[in-house]
Amino acid sequence: MARFILRRLLGLLPTLLVIIVISFFVIRLAPGSPFMTERGVPPEVLADLKAKYGFDQPLPTQLLRYLGNLAHGDLGLSTKYPQRTVNEIIADGFPATLLLGTAALLWALLLGVGAGIVGAVRQNTAWDYGFMAAAMVGISLPTFVLGPLLILLFALTLYVLPPAGWGSLRHVVLPALTLGTVYAAYLARLTRGSMLEVVRADFVRTARAKGLSEPAIVLHHMLRAGLLPVVTFLGPAIANLLVGSVVVEKIFATPGIGPYFVDAAFNRDYFLVMGIVVLDSVFLLIMNLLVDVAYGLLDPRIRFE
Amino acid sequence: MSDVANLPETYLRMVSREYMRHRLHRLSLHAIMSLALLALVADFVACDRPILLSFRGTLYLLPNLVDPPALRAYDNQRLADEMNPSDWAVFPPVPWGYNSHDLEAVLAPPSAQHWLGTDSGGRDVLARVVHGSRVSLAVGVLSVAVLVSIGMFIGSIAAYFGGVLDLLLMRFLEIVHAVPTILVLVTMLALIMPTGWHSVVAMMVVIGLVRWTDVARLVRGEILRIRTMPYVEAARALGAGHARILLRHILPNALAPVLVAATFAMASAILLEGALSFLGFGIPEDMASWGGMLNDVRGHTGAWWLAVFPGAAIFFTVTVYNLAGEGLRDAIDPRLRA
Repeated sequence: MARFILRRLLGLLPTLLVIIVISFFVIRLAPGSPFMTERGVPPEVLADLKAKYGFDQPLPTQLLRYLGNLAHGDLGLSTKYPQRTVNEIIADGFPATLLLGTAALLWALLLGVGAGIVGAVRQNTAWDYGFMAAAMVGISLPTFVLGPLLILLFALTLYVLPPAGWGSLRHVVLPALTLGTVYAAYLARLTRGSMLEVVRADFVRTARAKGLSEPAIVLHHMLRAGLLPVVTFLGPAIANLLVGSVVVEKIFATPGIGPYFVDAAFNRDYFLVMGIVVLDSVFLLIMNLLVDVAYGLLDPRIRFE
Repeated sequence: MSDVANLPETYLRMVSREYMRHRLHRLSLHAIMSLALLALVADFVACDRPILLSFRGTLYLLPNLVDPPALRAYDNQRLADEMNPSDWAVFPPVPWGYNSHDLEAVLAPPSAQHWLGTDSGGRDVLARVVHGSRVSLAVGVLSVAVLVSIGMFIGSIAAYFGGVLDLLLMRFLEIVHAVPTILVLVTMLALIMPTGWHSVVAMMVVIGLVRWTDVARLVRGEILRIRTMPYVEAARALGAGHARILLRHILPNALAPVLVAATFAMASAILLEGALSFLGFGIPEDMASWGGMLNDVRGHTGAWWLAVFPGAAIFFTVTVYNLAGEGLRDAIDPRLRA
């Protein structure tokens, strides 16, 4: 298995390279410059600035230099915040994003998988219908609608949670609920569907016949088989949860990397945009790899080849 | 169970009968059509000019659409104030335009004047919700058209020709699929910086360019299945060329799942448009878009009507498309058919 993982990891490198090269050229060939200000910059200063960031070199040279720095883990300098490197900015914002994403993931897993199991085990009962109707609602409820509504309800009407900001665990609750609910809805439907496929499987009947308790059957026998599609969904979902909470961070003024990204795109902060895209792509690719590994662990029929 | 006496039912008939069997699916189809109709007649539902006006001896036909120069300085309120007893007008049910500022009612809660309240610029929320359906529909329909075209093209040539081309295209697909959607969209829109209706076009192209991978996968799978069928071989034996076999014999049989995917893609494109406009990248502020309206909530959290009504509009629209997609999927899936 170690060999399988190593080979797949090496296989990710070309994909990552293509993503970096494409986004590099898309960002750099677009009109606009990071040094545009309302007052305008004197030509000498502009030339100095360009030299500082290496923008005076031809693009392919810049790309090579960027890739070389990247290989050392150096993401470059921010043009918007000249005192800071992109590494520092990401290190600054990432903990908040990570905490928010993890909390949202836990909420999504608890609610989603839980509701899915109940829906499948108690198929066609009020529980089933209730959860599935709720999941339908959850899927169509975008974060930028749910977030303001939750603020209105919990912060401005009931006064139980802070409306925005960061600093204590209470601040994490609303953003995490906002971010996790849609994933919970998808998970509930997926889990229910795949659990229903094994509810009447032979191995479940065997487990029941040998006198196992119902929870043991559900948790040990059915869930393991029923989790495969869930795992497939979870890979990209986790990556999105951990890095893709731009909208939620904007709503709740969370000091994560999301708001930096939005501003960076506006300000043409080339290296910062690149840094965040690279970070997110790496996450996504690694998550997809982990999905494949988890497949082999969950389903003995799948071999690592 | 084949009935020899009757001609077999066509596939389309069968699917639509299956679809129409469920009340929820029927309702969602009606809702989709109503939304399209609303987008079409938005200027008759909410406008700051009357639909028909006889003013100082002149009869104006449809001033809500044609914008007659003589009426430039007037809106519904001024007209109503200055009309002589002999003048008459047919006002739209919502007498506010989507971009007309009522500065006497800024951030006003719902009232008899503004049924759903006003935003921070004094603009009528109901009028903006009604007109917002245009942007949603336009972005949704066009981006789905773009993504289905790209997806079908790439999926079908990959599957039909196979080999190295298939391998390369699928690698490419994986790469596009691996790029985080919202980050790419934000970056591209920030770089293009479109204005006015250009932003709608830019948005739909950009969404289409990023979101075609699911359709391509689906089409590829379908074609791989169909390609080996005897009737395709027969067509080839009769001397049909690649284009003819693909377009006439294979693709039509791969369309049903694409239609399902397109319906779901419509829902997700509307969500994406909302998210982008919410972040301030999408539709400019002077046009009405639901996501953009929600953006206004951030500065005025207490104004619940700014969150609830556009939010409900997005939620409703996305729900009916999702429901329709599910109905369609169940209807075309032969395993579920009795």
